[in-house]
Amino acid sequence: MVVLALAFYLFAGITIASGVMVVATRNPVHSVLFLILAFFNSAGLFVLMGAEFLAMILVVVYVGAVAVLFLFVVMMLDINYAELKEGFIRYLPIGALIGAILLIELLVVIGAWAIVPTAEERAPTPTAMPEGVTNTEALGRLLYTEYVYLFQAAGIVLLIAMIGAIVLTLRQREGVRRQRIADQIGRQREEVLAIRKVEPGGGVS
Amino acid sequence: MAEFWTFYAWPTIWVVIQIVAIIVPLLLAVAYLTYAERKILGAMQLRQGPMVVGPFGLLQPIADGLKLMVKETIIPSGSNRVIFLIAPMLTFLLSLVAWAVIPFGEGMVVADINVGILYLFAISSLGVYGIIMAGWASNSKYAFFGALRSAAQMVSYEVSIGFVIVTVLLCAGSLNLSEIVRAQENLWFVIPLFPMAVVFFVSALAETNRAPFDLPEGESEITGGFMVEYSAMTYALFFLGEYANMILMSGMTTVLFLGGWLPPFGFAPFTWIPGPVWFALKIALCLFVFIWVRGTMPRYRYDQLMRLGWKVFLPFSLFWVVLTAGVLMAFDWLPA
Amino acid sequence: MATMDRTARSFLLSELVSGMWLTFRYMFKPKATLNYPFEKGPLSPRFRGEHALRRYPNGEERCIACKLCEAICPALAITIEAEPRDDGSRRTTRYDIDMTKCIYCGFCQEACPVDAIVEGPGFEFSAETRQELFYNKEKLLRNGDIWEAQIAANIAADAPYR
Repeated sequence: MVVLALAFYLFAGITIASGVMVVATRNPVHSVLFLILAFFNSAGLFVLMGAEFLAMILVVVYVGAVAVLFLFVVMMLDINYAELKEGFIRYLPIGALIGAILLIELLVVIGAWAIVPTAEERAPTPTAMPEGVTNTEALGRLLYTEYVYLFQAAGIVLLIAMIGAIVLTLRQREGVRRQRIADQIGRQREEVLAIRKVEPGGGVS
Repeated sequence: MAEFWTFYAWPTIWVVIQIVAIIVPLLLAVAYLTYAERKILGAMQLRQGPMVVGPFGLLQPIADGLKLMVKETIIPSGSNRVIFLIAPMLTFLLSLVAWAVIPFGEGMVVADINVGILYLFAISSLGVYGIIMAGWASNSKYAFFGALRSAAQMVSYEVSIGFVIVTVLLCAGSLNLSEIVRAQENLWFVIPLFPMAVVFFVSALAETNRAPFDLPEGESEITGGFMVEYSAMTYALFFLGEYANMILMSGMTTVLFLGGWLPPFGFAPFTWIPGPVWFALKIALCLFVFIWVRGTMPRYRYDQLMRLGWKVFLPFSLFWVVLTAGVLMAFDWLPA
Repeated sequence: MATMDRTARSFLLSELVSGMWLTFRYMFKPKATLNYPFEKGPLSPRFRGEHALRRYPNGEERCIACKLCEAICPALAITIEAEPRDDGSRRTTRYDIDMTKCIYCGFCQEACPVDAIVEGPGFEFSAETRQELFYNKEKLLRNGDIWEAQIAANIAADAPYR
C-alpha cells in the first residue's frame, strides 16, 4: 500500500522534525507548540499501527491536558534570552555527559541484537489479535486481568503523588474570610429581617 | 489505470462529496444559529431582534458575513504573527473535523470508527489551543487573561465530561457512536441518566465558552478576552468555530442522551420521518436550550466556576459512574 | 425539615428551573420595542423637533424680523439679518439656525409673537456632514411647507393650555 507508506513517512517525518524543533527553537512557547505537534503525529503513527484507542488517549491526555498545563506555565514566563544563554558554557559538560549516557543506552538497546545473538528469540512475541475483538476491549482484558495488580499499583502511585501535591500546597491561614455559598443560599428571611410597625415620632428601639 | 480509479480516485472523490455535504449545511446552520440566537434573546428581553435586512431580518447573517469578509484584517504590531493567524484557523478546523464521526442517520457517517466517542472527546479537548494561542500571540493583557481563564476552565470541565462519557459507555457497551445510538433503541439514556445529562450539558456550556461560563470572552470585564485583537476574517473564523462547536456539542448531547437519529416512539407517525430530520430537530432543541440559558443566567464569578467544576461536578459524576456500574452489575444489565 | 427542604431544592435545581421558566414565559409576551423605521411611537403636540418657518394661508411668510428669537436663544444658534422689502414691510434677508448648536429648548417658538418659528414634529433629520445642519431661511420655509398641516393641528391641540 503506497498510501499507507506515504502516511507513515509523513507522520514520522513531522514527528522527528517537530521533536528537533522543540529543542532548537528559542521561544519556549514555540517549543511547547512543536511538542504538541509531535504528540499529534505520534497519535497518527499509533492509528497506522491499528492502535486507535492508544492514539486517542494520547491526544486526550497529553495534548488535551498535560500540554495545556505546560503551555499555561510557559506562557506566563517572562524570558530574557541573553540571561538564558549565560549559563550555557558552564552547564555544557553536565549536559553533554547526560546526552552521551542517553546515546550509549540507546545504542545498547539497538545493538542488543548484535551483542546477544539470542536476543531476538527472548523478546516477547506479539500474540495475534483474536478476531472480532476491538482494540479497546483487548487492552481492557489484558489490563484488568493479567496486569491488574500493576495497574492498581500505578494508580496508587499517582494517588500518592496527588496527595503529596495537595499536602505541599495546603496551608491554613488565620483570619481569612471565605465565602460559604451553602450558608448564603440557605439563609432564611426570618433570620435576617424583622418587620416593625413604626409609630410616627416613635423611632425603633 | 482502472485500479487507480477504483482504489484511489473514486474513494477520494466520494469522501470529498461527503465532506461538502456536511460542511455546507453546517455553515448555513451556523449562520442561522446566530440569527436564531439574536431573535430568541430578543424575544426573551421583549425586543424585536434583527428586523431590517430582508423579511423579518432573515438576511441578517448574510449581511454580517459579507461585512466581516470585506473588512480589513488588522495584525497588531507586537503580536506573534504566525501563531496569531494560526489560532483562528485551528479553532475553525477543529470545529469541523469532529463532524467526521457524528452519525446523522442509520449508516450515515463519514468515518464509522470504533473509538468515535474518544475521537470527539479528543477533538473537543483540543479546542482550547486556538484560544490559548490567540491569547498569547495577541500580546495584549485582556487577550492573555482570556486565554488563561479558558485554559483552566476547559481542563476542569473536561474531567466531568470524561466521567459522563464513561457512564454512557457503561450503559451502551461500545465506543462507536452508531452503536451508542442503537443501544438507546428502547430507552433514551436521558431518562435513566438524567442527572448525568444535566452535568454533561452544563459542562458543554463551559467547554464552548458560552454564557454563563463565557469568562474567556467576558465582554463586560475583559472586553472580548482572547478575541480582543481580532478583526474581519480572523474574527469571523473564531465566531464560526465557536458556533460550530455549539452545534457539535448539541450533536454530542443528542447522540449520547437523546437517542441520535431515533424517533421518540417506535410506531407509525413517528417512524415516517427520516432519521436525519429527527437528529436535526434534537440538535435544534439543544441549541435552543443553549440560547435559553444565555438569556437567563448571569455570568459566573471565576472562583465559583472552579468550585462548581471541581467540588460539585467532579465528585457528583464520579459517584454516578460508580453507582451506574454498581447497578448494572447488581441487576446483570451490563451490555454484552 | 427545613434543611431537608433546602437540600432537596438545591438538588432539584429549583432556582435554575424557576429562572428558566420565567425567561421562557417572557418569550411569548408582547414586545416592548417598536420596529422603528416602520413603526413609530406617538408624539406629543408639544414635541420639540426640527425647526420650521411658517407662512400665512395666502403664502406670505409670517416672520416680521423682530429678532426676539435671536435674542432669547440661549445657545446663540439663530442669526437674523433684516431689511425693508419693496412693499415697505420688514422682512428677513437671512434667517439661519445652526442645528448643531440648538438645544431644542423651544424658547424661540415661545418668544415669537406671530407663531412664525416653531419646532415641528420632525425628528429624523440626521445628516452626514455638518454643512447640512446649518439651516438657512429657504430650508426652514420648506420645512414649514412640509409640516404645516401637522404644525397647525398641534398648535390647535395645545391652544387651550396656553
